[in-house]
Amino acid sequence: MKLYLKIWRQKNNKSKGSMIDYEIDNISPDMSFLEMMDVLNEKIIEENGDPVAFDHDCREGICGSCSMFINGEPHGPDKLITTCQLHMRKFKDGDTIYIEPFRAKAFPIIKDLVVDRSAFDRIQQSGGFISINTSGNTLDANTIPIEKENADKAFDAATCIGCGACVASCKNSSAMLFVSAKVSQFSLLPQGKVEATDRVLNMVNQMDEEGFGNCTNTGACHVECPKGISLDYIAKLNREYVKANIKK
Amino acid sequence: MKKLFNSSIGRKIAMALSGVFLIVFLTQHFLINITSVFSESIFNMLSHFMGNNPLVQFILQPILIVGVIFHFVMGFVLDWQNRKARPVKYAVYKGSRNSMFVSRNMIISGIVILSFLALHFYDFWVPEMDYKYIQVLPEDPDRYYEELIHKFENPVRVGLYCLSFIFLSLHLIHGLSSSTQSLGTNNKYSSIINKISYAFGIGIPAGFCFIALFHFFMHFNT
Repeated sequence: MKLYLKIWRQKNNKSKGSMIDYEIDNISPDMSFLEMMDVLNEKIIEENGDPVAFDHDCREGICGSCSMFINGEPHGPDKLITTCQLHMRKFKDGDTIYIEPFRAKAFPIIKDLVVDRSAFDRIQQSGGFISINTSGNTLDANTIPIEKENADKAFDAATCIGCGACVASCKNSSAMLFVSAKVSQFSLLPQGKVEATDRVLNMVNQMDEEGFGNCTNTGACHVECPKGISLDYIAKLNREYVKANIKK
Repeated sequence: MKKLFNSSIGRKIAMALSGVFLIVFLTQHFLINITSVFSESIFNMLSHFMGNNPLVQFILQPILIVGVIFHFVMGFVLDWQNRKARPVKYAVYKGSRNSMFVSRNMIISGIVILSFLALHFYDFWVPEMDYKYIQVLPEDPDRYYEELIHKFENPVRVGLYCLSFIFLSLHLIHGLSSSTQSLGTNNKYSSIINKISYAFGIGIPAGFCFIALFHFFMHFNT
Protein backbone atom coordinates (compact mmCIF):
# COMPACT_ATOMS: atom_id res chain seq x y z
CA MET A 1 0.00 0.00 0.00
CA LYS A 2 1.11 3.51 -0.73
CA LEU A 3 -0.14 6.13 1.72
CA TYR A 4 -0.03 9.88 2.02
CA LEU A 5 0.34 10.95 5.63
CA LYS A 6 -0.36 14.36 7.08
CA ILE A 7 1.17 14.35 10.55
CA TRP A 8 1.15 17.05 13.22
CA ARG A 9 4.76 17.98 14.01
CA GLN A 10 5.55 20.18 16.98
CA LYS A 11 9.00 20.49 18.55
CA ASN A 12 7.84 21.12 22.09
CA ASN A 13 5.09 22.66 24.17
CA LYS A 14 6.28 26.20 23.45
CA SER A 15 6.68 25.95 19.69
CA LYS A 16 3.98 26.23 17.07
CA GLY A 17 3.15 23.03 15.24
CA SER A 18 1.88 22.28 11.76
CA MET A 19 0.75 19.40 9.58
CA ILE A 20 3.67 17.94 7.59
CA ASP A 21 3.22 15.68 4.53
CA TYR A 22 4.89 12.28 4.25
CA GLU A 23 4.66 9.57 1.63
CA ILE A 24 5.15 5.96 2.60
CA ASP A 25 5.22 2.89 0.36
CA ASN A 26 5.18 -0.90 0.72
CA ILE A 27 2.91 -0.92 3.75
CA SER A 28 1.39 -4.33 4.40
CA PRO A 29 -2.34 -4.40 5.22
CA ASP A 30 -1.45 -6.78 8.06
CA MET A 31 0.68 -4.20 9.83
CA SER A 32 -0.70 -2.46 12.85
CA PHE A 33 -0.96 1.32 12.66
CA LEU A 34 1.91 1.71 15.09
CA GLU A 35 4.06 -0.64 12.99
CA MET A 36 3.34 1.62 10.03
CA MET A 37 4.51 4.55 12.17
CA ASP A 38 7.65 2.56 13.05
CA VAL A 39 8.36 2.04 9.34
CA LEU A 40 7.86 5.73 8.71
CA ASN A 41 10.25 6.63 11.54
CA GLU A 42 12.90 4.24 10.22
CA LYS A 43 12.62 5.97 6.86
CA ILE A 44 12.87 9.42 8.50
CA ILE A 45 15.93 8.32 10.55
CA GLU A 46 17.62 6.93 7.41
CA GLU A 47 17.16 10.37 5.85
CA ASN A 48 18.72 11.96 8.99
CA GLY A 49 15.40 13.49 10.00
CA ASP A 50 13.73 13.78 13.39
CA PRO A 51 11.41 10.78 13.90
CA VAL A 52 7.76 11.39 14.77
CA ALA A 53 7.27 11.15 18.54
CA PHE A 54 4.22 9.11 19.56
CA ASP A 55 3.10 7.33 22.72
CA HIS A 56 2.92 3.55 22.90
CA ASP A 57 3.66 0.82 25.39
CA CYS A 58 1.90 -2.56 25.59
CA ARG A 59 0.58 -2.59 22.00
CA GLU A 60 -2.17 -4.92 23.24
CA GLY A 61 -4.94 -2.39 23.90
CA ILE A 62 -4.50 -2.51 27.66
CA CYS A 63 -2.16 0.25 28.79
CA GLY A 64 -3.96 3.25 27.25
CA SER A 65 -0.70 4.84 26.10
CA CYS A 66 -1.31 5.26 22.39
CA SER A 67 -3.21 8.40 21.73
CA MET A 68 -3.42 9.41 18.11
CA PHE A 69 -6.35 11.20 16.49
CA ILE A 70 -6.56 9.49 13.10
CA ASN A 71 -8.71 10.83 10.28
CA GLY A 72 -10.88 12.79 12.68
CA GLU A 73 -11.35 10.15 15.37
CA PRO A 74 -9.39 9.05 18.44
CA HIS A 75 -7.77 5.66 17.80
CA GLY A 76 -8.87 5.83 14.17
CA PRO A 77 -11.89 4.66 12.22
CA ASP A 78 -12.48 1.34 13.98
CA LYS A 79 -14.59 1.10 17.13
CA LEU A 80 -13.77 -0.46 20.53
CA ILE A 81 -10.02 -0.55 19.87
CA THR A 82 -6.94 1.48 20.69
CA THR A 83 -4.55 2.78 18.03
CA CYS A 84 -2.21 -0.17 18.57
CA GLN A 85 -5.05 -2.54 17.63
CA LEU A 86 -5.86 -0.64 14.45
CA HIS A 87 -4.61 -2.40 11.33
CA MET A 88 -3.67 -0.98 7.97
CA ARG A 89 -6.28 -3.15 6.27
CA LYS A 90 -8.75 -0.50 7.45
CA PHE A 91 -7.22 1.84 4.86
CA LYS A 92 -6.97 1.66 1.08
CA ASP A 93 -3.98 2.02 -1.21
CA GLY A 94 -3.52 5.71 -2.01
CA ASP A 95 -5.41 6.97 1.06
CA THR A 96 -4.50 10.22 2.77
CA ILE A 97 -4.36 9.80 6.54
CA TYR A 98 -4.47 12.73 8.95
CA ILE A 99 -2.65 11.98 12.21
CA GLU A 100 -2.98 14.47 15.05
CA PRO A 101 -2.42 14.44 18.81
CA PHE A 102 -5.34 14.30 21.26
CA ARG A 103 -6.22 17.97 21.54
CA ALA A 104 -7.32 19.59 24.79
CA LYS A 105 -6.05 22.43 26.93
CA ALA A 106 -5.78 19.92 29.78
CA PHE A 107 -3.60 17.64 27.58
CA PRO A 108 -0.71 19.91 26.56
CA ILE A 109 1.47 18.64 23.72
CA ILE A 110 4.92 17.45 24.77
CA LYS A 111 6.16 16.72 21.26
CA ASP A 112 4.47 15.84 17.94
CA LEU A 113 1.77 13.30 18.84
CA VAL A 114 2.75 12.90 22.50
CA VAL A 115 0.49 14.68 24.97
CA ASP A 116 0.76 15.10 28.71
CA ARG A 117 -2.17 13.24 30.24
CA SER A 118 -1.02 13.67 33.84
CA ALA A 119 -4.26 15.60 34.46
CA PHE A 120 -5.88 12.14 34.63
CA ASP A 121 -3.25 11.03 37.17
CA ARG A 122 -4.02 14.03 39.37
CA ILE A 123 -7.75 13.30 39.18
CA GLN A 124 -7.02 9.72 40.25
CA GLN A 125 -4.78 10.91 43.08
CA SER A 126 -7.54 13.19 44.35
CA GLY A 127 -9.83 10.25 45.16
CA GLY A 128 -9.63 7.34 42.73
CA PHE A 129 -8.63 4.78 45.34
CA ILE A 130 -9.78 3.07 48.52
CA SER A 131 -7.91 3.54 51.79
CA ILE A 132 -7.16 0.05 52.95
CA ASN A 133 -4.39 -1.08 55.24
CA THR A 134 -2.08 -3.24 53.16
CA SER A 135 0.40 -4.01 55.92
CA GLY A 136 -0.46 -7.69 56.04
CA ASN A 137 -3.91 -7.71 57.61
CA THR A 138 -5.85 -7.08 54.41
CA LEU A 139 -9.08 -9.05 54.12
CA ASP A 140 -9.67 -10.99 50.96
CA ALA A 141 -12.15 -8.92 48.92
CA ASN A 142 -13.93 -12.13 47.87
CA THR A 143 -15.12 -12.72 51.45
CA ILE A 144 -17.59 -9.85 51.05
CA PRO A 145 -20.69 -10.89 49.10
CA ILE A 146 -21.52 -8.47 46.28
CA GLU A 147 -24.62 -8.68 44.13
CA LYS A 148 -23.83 -9.76 40.59
CA GLU A 149 -25.33 -6.70 38.90
CA ASN A 150 -23.17 -4.28 40.88
CA ALA A 151 -20.07 -6.45 40.52
CA ASP A 152 -20.55 -6.45 36.73
CA LYS A 153 -21.16 -2.70 36.57
CA ALA A 154 -18.09 -2.00 38.72
CA PHE A 155 -16.03 -4.27 36.49
CA ASP A 156 -17.28 -2.57 33.33
CA ALA A 157 -16.33 0.82 34.77
CA ALA A 158 -12.94 -0.52 35.81
CA THR A 159 -12.12 -1.50 32.23
CA CYS A 160 -11.43 2.20 31.53
CA ILE A 161 -7.74 2.38 30.59
CA GLY A 162 -7.56 6.16 30.96
CA CYS A 163 -6.37 6.68 27.39
CA GLY A 164 -8.17 10.03 27.02
CA ALA A 165 -10.14 9.19 23.87
CA CYS A 166 -13.25 10.50 25.64
CA VAL A 167 -11.62 13.92 26.04
CA ALA A 168 -10.21 13.84 22.51
CA SER A 169 -13.52 12.98 20.87
CA CYS A 170 -15.72 15.31 22.93
CA LYS A 171 -16.31 18.60 21.16
CA ASN A 172 -15.95 20.24 24.57
CA SER A 173 -12.88 18.27 25.71
CA SER A 174 -14.85 17.02 28.69
CA ALA A 175 -13.40 14.31 30.95
CA MET A 176 -16.75 13.28 32.41
CA LEU A 177 -16.71 9.72 31.05
CA PHE A 178 -13.29 9.02 32.53
CA VAL A 179 -14.18 10.53 35.92
CA SER A 180 -17.56 8.81 36.00
CA ALA A 181 -15.95 5.41 35.34
CA LYS A 182 -13.30 5.94 38.00
CA VAL A 183 -15.85 7.13 40.56
CA SER A 184 -18.30 4.33 39.78
CA GLN A 185 -15.85 1.44 39.84
CA PHE A 186 -15.37 2.10 43.56
CA SER A 187 -18.73 3.45 44.65
CA LEU A 188 -20.55 0.38 43.37
CA LEU A 189 -18.56 -1.87 45.71
CA PRO A 190 -18.81 -2.05 49.52
CA GLN A 191 -15.11 -1.29 49.96
CA GLY A 192 -15.50 1.92 47.94
CA LYS A 193 -18.76 3.12 49.46
CA VAL A 194 -17.04 4.25 52.68
CA GLU A 195 -15.24 7.14 50.98
CA ALA A 196 -17.76 7.67 48.17
CA THR A 197 -18.80 11.18 49.26
CA ASP A 198 -15.30 12.65 49.48
CA ARG A 199 -14.19 10.77 46.40
CA VAL A 200 -16.79 12.18 44.05
CA LEU A 201 -16.40 15.72 45.41
CA ASN A 202 -12.61 15.66 45.15
CA MET A 203 -12.43 14.03 41.74
CA VAL A 204 -14.97 16.37 40.14
CA ASN A 205 -13.26 19.34 41.76
CA GLN A 206 -9.88 18.22 40.37
CA MET A 207 -11.43 17.60 36.95
CA ASP A 208 -12.73 21.19 36.89
CA GLU A 209 -9.38 22.58 38.06
CA GLU A 210 -7.57 20.83 35.22
CA GLY A 211 -9.48 22.87 32.63
CA PHE A 212 -11.56 20.19 30.92
CA GLY A 213 -14.74 21.40 29.22
CA ASN A 214 -18.35 20.83 30.29
CA CYS A 215 -20.28 17.74 29.25
CA THR A 216 -23.17 18.46 26.86
CA ASN A 217 -24.26 14.84 26.49
CA THR A 218 -23.38 14.41 22.82
CA GLY A 219 -22.38 10.81 23.58
CA ALA A 220 -19.23 10.97 21.41
CA CYS A 221 -17.09 9.78 24.34
CA HIS A 222 -19.02 6.54 24.70
CA VAL A 223 -18.90 5.82 20.96
CA GLU A 224 -15.16 6.45 20.70
CA CYS A 225 -14.16 4.81 24.00
CA PRO A 226 -12.01 1.74 23.20
CA LYS A 227 -13.63 -0.03 26.14
CA GLY A 228 -17.18 1.12 25.37
CA ILE A 229 -17.71 2.74 28.78
CA SER A 230 -21.42 3.58 28.97
CA LEU A 231 -23.01 7.01 29.43
CA ASP A 232 -24.86 5.40 32.36
CA TYR A 233 -21.83 6.19 34.46
CA ILE A 234 -22.09 9.92 33.69
CA ALA A 235 -25.73 9.95 34.86
CA LYS A 236 -24.61 8.03 37.95
CA LEU A 237 -21.78 10.52 38.54
CA ASN A 238 -24.28 13.39 38.36
CA ARG A 239 -26.52 11.70 40.93
CA GLU A 240 -23.64 10.92 43.25
CA TYR A 241 -22.23 14.43 42.98
CA VAL A 242 -25.54 16.05 43.93
CA LYS A 243 -26.04 13.60 46.81
CA ALA A 244 -22.50 14.24 48.07
CA ASN A 245 -23.06 18.00 48.02
CA ILE A 246 -26.29 17.64 49.97
CA LYS A 247 -24.55 15.41 52.54
CA LYS A 248 -21.69 17.86 52.95
CA MET B 1 -24.26 23.63 47.90
CA LYS B 2 -22.44 26.75 46.66
CA LYS B 3 -19.71 24.46 45.37
CA LEU B 4 -22.32 22.42 43.49
CA PHE B 5 -23.43 25.33 41.34
CA ASN B 6 -19.86 26.47 40.67
CA SER B 7 -18.92 23.05 39.35
CA SER B 8 -19.21 21.74 35.80
CA ILE B 9 -21.85 19.21 36.92
CA GLY B 10 -23.77 21.90 38.80
CA ARG B 11 -23.79 24.13 35.74
CA LYS B 12 -25.13 21.38 33.54
CA ILE B 13 -27.80 20.54 36.11
CA ALA B 14 -28.78 24.24 36.18
CA MET B 15 -28.95 24.20 32.36
CA ALA B 16 -31.10 21.08 32.48
CA LEU B 17 -33.48 22.47 35.12
CA SER B 18 -33.96 25.75 33.27
CA GLY B 19 -34.45 23.79 30.04
CA VAL B 20 -37.12 21.56 31.61
CA PHE B 21 -38.83 24.66 32.98
CA LEU B 22 -38.90 26.21 29.49
CA ILE B 23 -40.22 22.94 28.04
CA VAL B 24 -43.12 23.04 30.53
CA PHE B 25 -43.80 26.64 29.54
CA LEU B 26 -43.62 25.77 25.85
CA THR B 27 -46.13 22.95 26.34
CA GLN B 28 -48.69 25.20 28.03
CA HIS B 29 -48.09 27.91 25.39
CA PHE B 30 -48.80 25.36 22.67
CA LEU B 31 -51.91 24.01 24.40
CA ILE B 32 -53.34 27.53 24.60
CA ASN B 33 -52.38 28.46 21.04
CA ILE B 34 -53.83 25.31 19.49
CA THR B 35 -57.26 26.29 20.80
CA SER B 36 -57.17 29.22 18.32
CA VAL B 37 -57.50 26.67 15.52
CA PHE B 38 -60.87 25.36 16.65
CA SER B 39 -62.39 27.94 18.99
CA GLU B 40 -62.01 31.70 18.94
CA SER B 41 -63.85 32.06 22.24
CA ILE B 42 -61.77 29.49 24.15
CA PHE B 43 -58.57 31.08 22.85
CA ASN B 44 -59.77 34.53 23.91
CA MET B 45 -60.83 33.26 27.32
CA LEU B 46 -57.49 31.52 28.01
CA SER B 47 -55.46 34.45 26.67
CA HIS B 48 -57.46 36.89 28.75
CA PHE B 49 -56.86 34.74 31.83
CA MET B 50 -53.11 34.48 31.17
CA GLY B 51 -52.86 38.17 30.39
CA ASN B 52 -54.74 39.41 33.43
CA ASN B 53 -54.29 36.89 36.23
CA PRO B 54 -51.99 38.55 38.81
CA LEU B 55 -50.29 35.24 39.64
CA VAL B 56 -49.40 34.70 35.98
CA GLN B 57 -48.53 38.33 35.28
CA PHE B 58 -46.52 39.27 38.33
CA ILE B 59 -45.05 35.98 39.53
CA LEU B 60 -44.94 33.41 36.71
CA GLN B 61 -44.07 35.88 33.94
CA PRO B 62 -41.02 37.35 35.74
CA ILE B 63 -39.88 33.81 36.64
CA LEU B 64 -40.24 32.84 32.98
CA ILE B 65 -38.22 35.86 31.80
CA VAL B 66 -35.49 35.09 34.36
CA GLY B 67 -35.55 31.43 33.23
CA VAL B 68 -35.18 32.39 29.56
CA ILE B 69 -32.34 34.84 30.28
CA PHE B 70 -30.60 32.34 32.56
CA HIS B 71 -30.82 29.53 29.99
CA PHE B 72 -29.37 31.71 27.23
CA VAL B 73 -26.65 33.37 29.30
CA MET B 74 -25.61 30.02 30.80
CA GLY B 75 -25.60 28.49 27.31
CA PHE B 76 -23.25 31.16 26.01
CA VAL B 77 -21.00 30.92 29.08
CA LEU B 78 -20.74 27.13 28.78
CA ASP B 79 -20.06 27.35 25.06
CA TRP B 80 -17.30 29.91 25.64
CA GLN B 81 -15.75 27.71 28.36
CA ASN B 82 -15.97 24.65 26.13
CA ARG B 83 -14.25 26.45 23.25
CA LYS B 84 -11.48 27.51 25.63
CA ALA B 85 -10.97 23.87 26.63
CA ARG B 86 -9.60 23.13 23.13
CA PRO B 87 -7.55 26.14 22.03
CA VAL B 88 -6.09 24.40 18.93
CA LYS B 89 -8.74 22.76 16.76
CA TYR B 90 -8.34 19.50 14.88
CA ALA B 91 -7.48 19.65 11.18
CA VAL B 92 -10.01 16.84 10.67
CA TYR B 93 -12.83 16.18 13.15
CA LYS B 94 -15.51 13.64 12.23
CA GLY B 95 -18.19 14.42 14.77
CA SER B 96 -20.82 12.77 12.60
CA ARG B 97 -19.16 9.39 13.28
CA ASN B 98 -19.94 9.54 16.98
CA SER B 99 -22.70 12.02 17.74
CA MET B 100 -25.82 13.68 16.37
CA PHE B 101 -25.53 16.95 14.46
CA VAL B 102 -28.18 18.52 16.72
CA SER B 103 -26.24 17.65 19.87
CA ARG B 104 -23.07 19.28 18.56
CA ASN B 105 -24.79 22.47 17.42
CA MET B 106 -27.06 23.45 20.30
CA ILE B 107 -25.48 26.91 20.38
CA ILE B 108 -26.47 27.54 16.73
CA SER B 109 -30.06 26.37 17.20
CA GLY B 110 -30.09 28.36 20.46
CA ILE B 111 -28.98 31.57 18.72
CA VAL B 112 -31.71 31.17 16.07
CA ILE B 113 -34.29 30.62 18.84
CA LEU B 114 -32.99 33.71 20.65
CA SER B 115 -33.39 35.78 17.45
CA PHE B 116 -36.89 34.36 17.06
CA LEU B 117 -37.72 35.29 20.65
CA ALA B 118 -36.70 38.89 19.92
CA LEU B 119 -39.13 38.93 16.98
CA HIS B 120 -41.82 37.15 19.02
CA PHE B 121 -41.48 39.63 21.89
CA TYR B 122 -41.66 42.51 19.41
CA ASP B 123 -44.76 40.97 17.84
CA PHE B 124 -46.77 40.05 20.92
CA TRP B 125 -45.20 40.89 24.26
CA VAL B 126 -44.22 44.52 23.55
CA PRO B 127 -47.69 45.48 22.14
CA GLU B 128 -49.28 43.68 25.09
CA MET B 129 -47.21 45.63 27.61
CA ASP B 130 -47.93 48.83 25.68
CA TYR B 131 -51.68 48.08 25.66
CA LYS B 132 -51.92 47.27 29.35
CA TYR B 133 -49.29 49.29 31.14
CA ILE B 134 -48.28 52.23 28.94
CA GLN B 135 -51.46 53.28 27.14
CA VAL B 136 -53.58 51.63 29.87
CA LEU B 137 -56.39 50.90 27.43
CA PRO B 138 -59.66 49.39 28.70
CA GLU B 139 -59.48 45.62 28.78
CA ASP B 140 -61.20 43.87 25.87
CA PRO B 141 -61.43 40.10 26.48
CA ASP B 142 -62.18 39.46 22.80
CA ARG B 143 -59.16 41.20 21.25
CA TYR B 144 -56.62 38.33 21.43
CA TYR B 145 -57.82 36.21 18.51
CA GLU B 146 -57.95 39.23 16.20
CA GLU B 147 -54.44 40.25 17.22
CA LEU B 148 -53.18 36.74 16.56
CA ILE B 149 -54.62 36.35 13.06
CA HIS B 150 -53.51 39.86 12.18
CA LYS B 151 -49.90 38.87 12.89
CA PHE B 152 -50.13 35.79 10.69
CA GLU B 153 -51.33 37.70 7.64
CA ASN B 154 -47.74 38.47 6.69
CA PRO B 155 -46.11 35.61 4.71
CA VAL B 156 -42.59 36.75 5.64
CA ARG B 157 -43.42 36.57 9.32
CA VAL B 158 -45.07 33.16 8.92
CA GLY B 159 -41.99 31.95 7.01
CA LEU B 160 -39.64 33.24 9.72
CA TYR B 161 -41.76 31.63 12.42
CA CYS B 162 -41.78 28.26 10.64
CA LEU B 163 -38.01 28.42 10.06
CA SER B 164 -37.49 29.18 13.74
CA PHE B 165 -39.71 26.26 14.72
CA ILE B 166 -37.45 23.95 12.72
CA PHE B 167 -34.48 25.13 14.79
CA LEU B 168 -36.59 24.83 17.93
CA SER B 169 -37.26 21.24 16.95
CA LEU B 170 -33.53 20.55 16.51
CA HIS B 171 -32.86 22.12 19.91
CA LEU B 172 -35.58 20.15 21.68
CA ILE B 173 -34.70 16.75 20.20
CA HIS B 174 -31.36 16.83 21.99
CA GLY B 175 -32.35 19.20 24.79
CA LEU B 176 -35.03 17.06 26.38
CA SER B 177 -33.09 13.79 26.45
CA SER B 178 -29.89 15.62 27.43
CA SER B 179 -31.57 17.31 30.39
CA THR B 180 -32.73 13.97 31.80
CA GLN B 181 -29.18 12.63 31.46
CA SER B 182 -27.84 15.72 33.26
CA LEU B 183 -30.38 15.24 36.02
CA GLY B 184 -29.01 11.73 36.51
CA THR B 185 -31.91 9.69 35.15
CA ASN B 186 -31.06 6.02 35.16
CA ASN B 187 -30.14 5.00 31.64
CA LYS B 188 -32.42 1.99 31.62
CA TYR B 189 -35.06 4.58 30.70
CA SER B 190 -32.93 6.22 27.99
CA SER B 191 -34.61 4.40 25.10
CA ILE B 192 -38.09 5.59 26.06
CA ILE B 193 -36.75 9.07 26.95
CA ASN B 194 -35.15 9.35 23.50
CA LYS B 195 -38.45 8.40 21.86
CA ILE B 196 -40.32 10.98 23.96
CA SER B 197 -37.68 13.59 23.06
CA TYR B 198 -38.16 12.95 19.36
CA ALA B 199 -41.95 12.96 19.66
CA PHE B 200 -41.99 16.16 21.71
CA GLY B 201 -39.17 17.83 19.77
CA ILE B 202 -40.90 17.27 16.45
CA GLY B 203 -44.53 17.37 17.60
CA ILE B 204 -44.63 20.68 19.46
CA PRO B 205 -42.73 22.80 16.87
CA ALA B 206 -44.74 21.12 14.08
CA GLY B 207 -47.88 22.08 15.99
CA PHE B 208 -46.74 25.71 16.27
CA CYS B 209 -45.97 25.68 12.52
CA PHE B 210 -49.42 24.31 11.83
CA ILE B 211 -51.05 27.09 13.89
CA ALA B 212 -49.14 29.81 12.01
CA LEU B 213 -49.86 28.27 8.60
CA PHE B 214 -53.50 27.57 9.49
CA HIS B 215 -54.20 31.21 10.31
CA PHE B 216 -52.21 32.41 7.31
CA PHE B 217 -54.17 30.27 4.82
CA MET B 218 -57.54 30.63 6.56
CA HIS B 219 -57.34 34.40 6.43
CA PHE B 220 -55.37 34.69 3.21
CA ASN B 221 -58.20 36.04 1.12
CA THR B 222 -60.05 37.93 3.79
